Amino acid sequence: MLDEKVILMLLEGIRDTLYMTLFSTFAGYVLGLPLGIILNVTRADGLKPNRVIYRILDITCNIVRSIPFLILLILLIPFTRALVGQSYGSTATIVPLVICAAPYIARVVESSLNEVDAGVIEAAKSMGASDFQIIRKVLLVEAKTSLLTGMTITTGLLLGYSAMSGTVGGGGLGDIAVRYGYYRWQTDIMIVTVILLILIFQIIQNVGMKIANLLDHRKR
Amino acid sequence: MSEIEIRHLTKKFEVNKHWITALEDVNLSIESGDIYGVIGMSGAGKSTLVRSINFLEKPTEGQVLIEGTDLAELSGRELRKKRSEIGMIFQGFNLLEQKNVIDNVCFPLEIAGVKKKEASARAIELLKMVQLEEKERAYPSQLSGGQKQRVAIARALATSPKILLCDEATSALDPQTTESILKLLKEINEKLGITIVIITHQMSVVTSICTKVAIIDSGRLVEEGSVEKIFESPSSDAAKELLSGVKRQASSLEILPAYRVIRIVFSENSAYEPVLSNVILKFGVPVNILKADTKNVNGKAKGEMLLGLPDDPEVQEQIIAYLKERELIVSEVKDYAG
Ligand SMILES: Nc1ncnc2c1ncn2[C@@H]1O[C@H](COP(=O)(O)OP(=O)(O)OP(=O)(O)O)[C@@H](O)[C@H]1O
Ligand SMILES: [Mg+2]
Repeated sequence: MLDEKVILMLLEGIRDTLYMTLFSTFAGYVLGLPLGIILNVTRADGLKPNRVIYRILDITCNIVRSIPFLILLILLIPFTRALVGQSYGSTATIVPLVICAAPYIARVVESSLNEVDAGVIEAAKSMGASDFQIIRKVLLVEAKTSLLTGMTITTGLLLGYSAMSGTVGGGGLGDIAVRYGYYRWQTDIMIVTVILLILIFQIIQNVGMKIANLLDHRKR
Repeated sequence: MSEIEIRHLTKKFEVNKHWITALEDVNLSIESGDIYGVIGMSGAGKSTLVRSINFLEKPTEGQVLIEGTDLAELSGRELRKKRSEIGMIFQGFNLLEQKNVIDNVCFPLEIAGVKKKEASARAIELLKMVQLEEKERAYPSQLSGGQKQRVAIARALATSPKILLCDEATSALDPQTTESILKLLKEINEKLGITIVIITHQMSVVTSICTKVAIIDSGRLVEEGSVEKIFESPSSDAAKELLSGVKRQASSLEILPAYRVIRIVFSENSAYEPVLSNVILKFGVPVNILKADTKNVNGKAKGEMLLGLPDDPEVQEQIIAYLKERELIVSEVKDYAG
């Protein structure tokens, strides 16, 4: 069963899965990190409270997050096609993954930043730091462990979602599992892909948590 | 020109559609080189007052002038510049937990745009002054409370400020550590000529290093002057309460009715004569010592006693007159509930 062709296919599956997961995490942070910062800064006891901006972002995030991923994927097909020229394959899957991830990341970032001790921010203000300096040099630095933990969890989530997109021809290991396991009854190949997904997930979690812990100076 | 001048400062906070007046019409002048204590009970408005001095809290009414400059007239950038000339330390130390000691001390310099090399040199110099140079690479979580406050002091002094604000800087520390931090502050004041404002709820902090003191009670400044004067003859209830550690609002059930309680203060010249035993011998009545203490007020020994006098009002007056004759400072203590 594991002939050269299958192995090659599995390797490509791993590559595509990693590509989708990592790229969508990256692009998700490009959108979600600033959104999370804005949420933190504009909340009632933030650096620059602004009810209107906070409410708009808050509601938008909630709406996008309440749409199940598979439905979002289908809803976004026209948009995806317009953006990348096709609605199947790994690159196309990245579009809904990013749209799904951005508000989730914004929330994760917001809550990480909310945990930063108000006293430390006050101290920075008393030294004459500007809001921008406080964000860059205090909030993001003091929250780095929590931000990295959040990023690890997000990457794991996107790995799962990228596999889910396999049901509609999204490419990667999930796609292989669905095509062989569901349509062709080749359970063995499906099991192998599932094991591979579990392994990738474990590696991401362990590496992410290790790095977060290594960079944390709060404990002795 | 005063170093810090506060004019008609009123600060109100809106909480759930209600306005809380944290400070009301506070007027205060702090001169260059002072170690100025601000003392009051919890919730009196001390933190709000000290946060107004660097405009972390903007006044609802009134003005704050630093070396004659009205802070309200500064632009955002100018205000930040001004803040960098005013150091501040806190009860909770507020160090950056993810940065090591030297990077914490460098932080205000980094914010001010000072070159890294220059900043490190300055930080090392300051860490020497607070005797922590060997902890340079340690992280705050590896330090004791006293060490953390020393780092915070070094950090606050990094930009060579003229003023240092201390909000309950020793309240989280044990008595010995408190003493060493106060000693350090005194040294800083003497060596660098920095004006220090110390917020506290402990009279002992004021008596050990402050030269002047203001007492705030429910948002109002009720008494102000030299520490010596207020220690000897407090005029406000709040001052008496802070001096004797007595609770004012004790419920009527708790108040021990019977006798009259007075507080006497004696200084070096009156401390020799055994006044109290003389009182007992002369009047032939028992006098109850409720509390006795000696304090070092700016280098002078001051004794303090709370006495419970016998019931007879006539004898009470005689005893008070006798004590006053001996140059002791006598004041009434109302509602003693200790
Ligand atoms: N940001 C704020 N919003 C609403 N009310 C506030 C705020 N800051 C202070 N207050 C109120 O103002 C009053 C004075 O507070 P402040 O913190 O200045 O007291 P304090 O003398 O420093 O007390 P403590 O010794 O407990 O630190 C209190 O009633 C407090 O609840
Ligand atoms: Mg306070």
